[in-house]
Formats: sequence, C-alpha cells, structure tokens
Amino acid sequence: MAAGEPMVVVDDLHVVYRVFGAGGDRGTAATALLRILGRRTRGSIREVHAIRGVSFVAYRGDAVGLIGRNGSGKSTLLRAVAGLLPAEQGNVYTDGEAALLGVNAALLDDLTGERNVVLGCLAMGMTKKETKEKYPSIVEFSGVGDFVDLPMKAYSSGMGSRLRFAIAASKSQDILLVDEALATGDAEFRVKSHARIEELRQEAGTVFLVAHNLEEVEQTCNRVIWLERGKIVTQGENVVEIIDRYIAASGGAPVERDPVTGKRIHARVPLKA
Amino acid sequence: MSNDRRLSAPGRLADEEHGAEDAGVLTAYMPDEPLAEFALAHGLRVAAERPPIGRYLKSLWLRGHFIMAFATARNIAMYTEARLGQLWQVLTPLLNAGVYFLVFGELLHISRGIPNYLDFLVTGVFVFNFTSRAFITTSTVITESLPLIRALRFPRAALPLAYVIIELEQMLLSIVVLAVILVLTGEPITWYWLLVIPALLLQTIFCVGCGLATARLGANVNDFSQLLPFLTRTWLYVSGVLFQITTLDISRKYVALLQINPAAIYITLMREALLTTQRESEPGAKPYNAHLCHVWATLGKGAKGTLQEQLDSGYCHVITNPDHYWFYGIAWAVLALVVGFYFFWRAEAQYGRG
Repeated sequence: MAAGEPMVVVDDLHVVYRVFGAGGDRGTAATALLRILGRRTRGSIREVHAIRGVSFVAYRGDAVGLIGRNGSGKSTLLRAVAGLLPAEQGNVYTDGEAALLGVNAALLDDLTGERNVVLGCLAMGMTKKETKEKYPSIVEFSGVGDFVDLPMKAYSSGMGSRLRFAIAASKSQDILLVDEALATGDAEFRVKSHARIEELRQEAGTVFLVAHNLEEVEQTCNRVIWLERGKIVTQGENVVEIIDRYIAASGGAPVERDPVTGKRIHARVPLKA
Repeated sequence: MSNDRRLSAPGRLADEEHGAEDAGVLTAYMPDEPLAEFALAHGLRVAAERPPIGRYLKSLWLRGHFIMAFATARNIAMYTEARLGQLWQVLTPLLNAGVYFLVFGELLHISRGIPNYLDFLVTGVFVFNFTSRAFITTSTVITESLPLIRALRFPRAALPLAYVIIELEQMLLSIVVLAVILVLTGEPITWYWLLVIPALLLQTIFCVGCGLATARLGANVNDFSQLLPFLTRTWLYVSGVLFQITTLDISRKYVALLQINPAAIYITLMREALLTTQRESEPGAKPYNAHLCHVWATLGKGAKGTLQEQLDSGYCHVITNPDHYWFYGIAWAVLALVVGFYFFWRAEAQYGRG
C-alpha cells in the first residue's frame, strides 16, 4: 500500500466516441430512405473505442507522463480525467477541480482575443474583479501583443495556443492536465510555460503531461504511463526505463545514458515520436 | 510476477517482453481494495458526474457574468461580418414586418375586419419572432460551442441561457421600433403599455425553458435542427400572427386550442397591452358589447343551434375568456421552465461527447 493521498483514481475506464458520417453509407437520400424503410440502424455511425479498460491511481505531488503513439488514447484519457468526456463504462474519481490545458482547447474563433480572455476566465468561475486583475498578466504571458484586439481566427496557430495556454494556466487548480500545450509555442514561450507548469505543479496536487517530446516527460515526470490502443502497456516510477523500452518498441535508436546518473549523454538524440 | 501488485524491480522488467498483457498487473501503487471503494473512502468524486439540481443552480447563478459576457460577445460576433453591423438588429424586424404587410395586408387582403392592421401585424411578427428565434438558435448551441465545452468546465445550461438573452436583447430593440411605429400610426400611449413588461417577462421565461429543451434535442439529434424551421413556420401560421384566430372558419374547439397555444398567448398579451382596438374588441370590454350579446342570446334562444353556439358567435365571441390569458401565460412559462430545465440537466454529463 503506497502512502500518500490519492488525487485521481481511474477505475476500469472505457471511453467510446460515436462518429457520424463514417464511410460505408454514402449518405445519399436514396440510402437514407432504404434505411428508414428497412428499419435498419444507421450504418454510418461508427463507434471508436478509444480507451479500453484503463485503471490507475495518481497521488498528490505526482507528475504523471502519458506516452504512446498518435491515437493511443492519451488525449482522450486526459479529457475523461477532466470530466469533459463521459465514460462508457468504469469511472474516473478526482479530488477537486481539474483543469485541461491543450492545443485543441479552442475557444470562440470569431471573437477577439480580449473577449476570449474575459470569457475564459469567467467560465472557469472567476469573478469579474478577479478577471480584471488577471487580464493584463494573461495577455502579457501569451505575448500576442496588439493582436489581442483581433478575432482569434486571424491568429497563427502558435499565437492561438499561447493565448489559450495563458488563459487556462491563469488559475491554479488541484489537478492540472497538460496536453501537448507546449508543442506549438516558440522557444521563448516554452521556457516561460515550463516555468509556469512547475509553479502550478507546486500549487496543484497532481500534474498529467502528454508530450511526444520524451525528454520533456523525462525531465518533468516522476511517473509514466504507456498507452497503446487504449490500453496500458506498462506504468511505473522507472520513467527512464519505460521510455527506453518505448523508444525500442517504436524502432528508434537507443538513448545513450550516463551509467551513474541515468541522464542522457547526448541531449540532442533525434527522437522518434 | 502476476500476483505482485507493486512495481517489479527494473532488472526483471527489462527481461520481459512488453505487451498489452501486462496491463492491469504491472501497476504501481494500486490499493488492495476495489478502486471504487478506495476512491470514495478518500473523498474523491466522480469526475464527469452530473451535479445535484441545487448545486447546479448555484453554480449557474455564479456564472451570471459569464452568461452576460457570452451573450454580448456572440451578439457582436454575429454582426461583425456585415457592413451595417448591429444596425441589422433593428433592420431585420422592420424588413420582416414590411414583407408581411405587403404580402398579407396589401396583396392578399387578410386584414379583413381587423382595424389598424399594420399595428396588429407588426406586434404579432415581433413577438412571434422572439419565440421562434429562441427555438432555432438554441437548437445548435451545443454543437456550435463544442470547443468551449471540451475545453472548460461550467454548467452547460449557461449556453442556451445566453442565446435566449441575445434574442431578448434583440426583442427589446424591436419593441422600441414597435413603439415608434405605433405612435406614428396614431396609437395613444396609455398605462396599459406597462403590461408589456410582465408579458415579455413571461415570454422570456417560456423561451428559456424551451431553449433548454431544444438545446438538448439539437445536441443529440442532428436532424432536429434541420426540422425546426418547418415546425416554427407551421407554428407561425396557426398562432394568429397574420390574422385574428377567432375569424377562422373551423370548429370552436380548435379555435380555443389555437388561442391558448403559447405563441398565440404571448402575442395576444402583447397586443392587448399595446393596441386599443384589440382591447376594445374583447367581449365585455365595452358595456354595449356585453349587452348586445345578452340580447342576442335571448332572442336567438331556440332559433338555431344551442345556446352555447350562439354565445360563441356574434358579439359574444368569447371562446377563451380574456381574463384567462394571463393565467395561460404564467402556466406555459412555469411549465416550460421546469420541464426544460430538468430535461437539459438530466444530460449534463453527456454534452461534448460529439
């Protein structure tokens, strides 16, 4: 039995997406009529079983890295922990509020950055006064500058994600979920956001990090969960070892490490994501 | 290693072939008891749980500023592409009224018997527009706001609520336009005009309730928002927007049903508040009306039809008692709000599944 206070308990979680308009049925009026006449269910609804029976417990102070290939269910798992996606089976239990920082966390594209900041803050439950106080620091952190007056659809993808990150990171939460939020920013922004995540980690109980940059996971996380096709391949505190195995399984070149410290010898080893 | 719930030593692990079969076995820090019990024992809550109604209402109340800010922002965004901008908020209802007046008043002469047809029509069009717009816009609110829903946690009922507030703002502007038209056409300003406030309040509550319901329907069934314009169009033609329901040549029973349908009720309440001719044509509004009705009923007794049929015609065309209009207005508002809110709240954890 491990000591510590559990913050997130995921118990045999299954998440299923229902996708309309998938292939098979061409979606013409004729096929729709046949479907209705034949009392057949709509063939073009496809179920995507994104998470298939994942269980783990994360404790206060943990920084958990999620690794795995594209489509292995990392982002879905984060959304489920954030309570933004309902579970098909099983449950996610959390202690306190969870905040999700992600590249996909688009807000309202046809509104200005300024309005998005205000709306985002208010939606997270800040008061009008708190919003006013935080506003300058959010805009400053995002570094969008004068663009704050323009609709967000006019932003470059990097600017958009910087602003979104700045909004979501403005409030300290009990559980922090970071989904590739740092991948799109430039070098300067990465440094800033790393510092902010570290800060939030001190304040927050638990941090989850999804990143294809494995070095980032190695540096930030004390635990790692390796997902493959919606299932956990392995998880544990031996971060370096699991990452090495993951790299080997993906066919990448092994990382050279210092035998004593376990640190990477060549910081710039090309990694296969 | 299968019975070992704790992490294996690194050395052993390295020898093993990795694979999905490890899942659930090689788990660090797993408690011995079932996870659900473990979680609840430590005071954790289900993440995607639907909050109880009381807590939900409270968090909705706390998001008041968000709702207002969202409504304002949407309203502005809606018109940013147009050169005339928010002037369209006033132009749209005016053009609407103009088209209906031209087609139904001047070309088709539906105005038969209705005094001051322009005022009658414009009031009806504006009030009905509020109801129908509230239905149509809220049906897509969940799909339109999917990015927001998937990014942040807040009570989702805030979204349809904000959309109804947008339509209410639009309606308030329409009422100003309406007041100008009424004054220009010679309608006297009276204390009755104050009844606009409770009438509009009831209609707004009704729209919020219905908006919540359509928001959930539109979120799950994509076909629903396709169908909705046709439903509201039908509703328009049976709600006495363009003509007086009592003049319809159908069974009195159906007339009564049409009269108490919510769209018609709120239109009637508004017309009675604003238009003198409408107030005075109600049975009993003028003493001579009631008197003539009485005489007519006495004279016609036994002549043809039942007493009730005669009471229902001529000077006493009281099918739905005018005193009951307000009662129906309140009843529809409360019913829509309670049912709509409950219906929306039931699926709170499901929105955003996509």
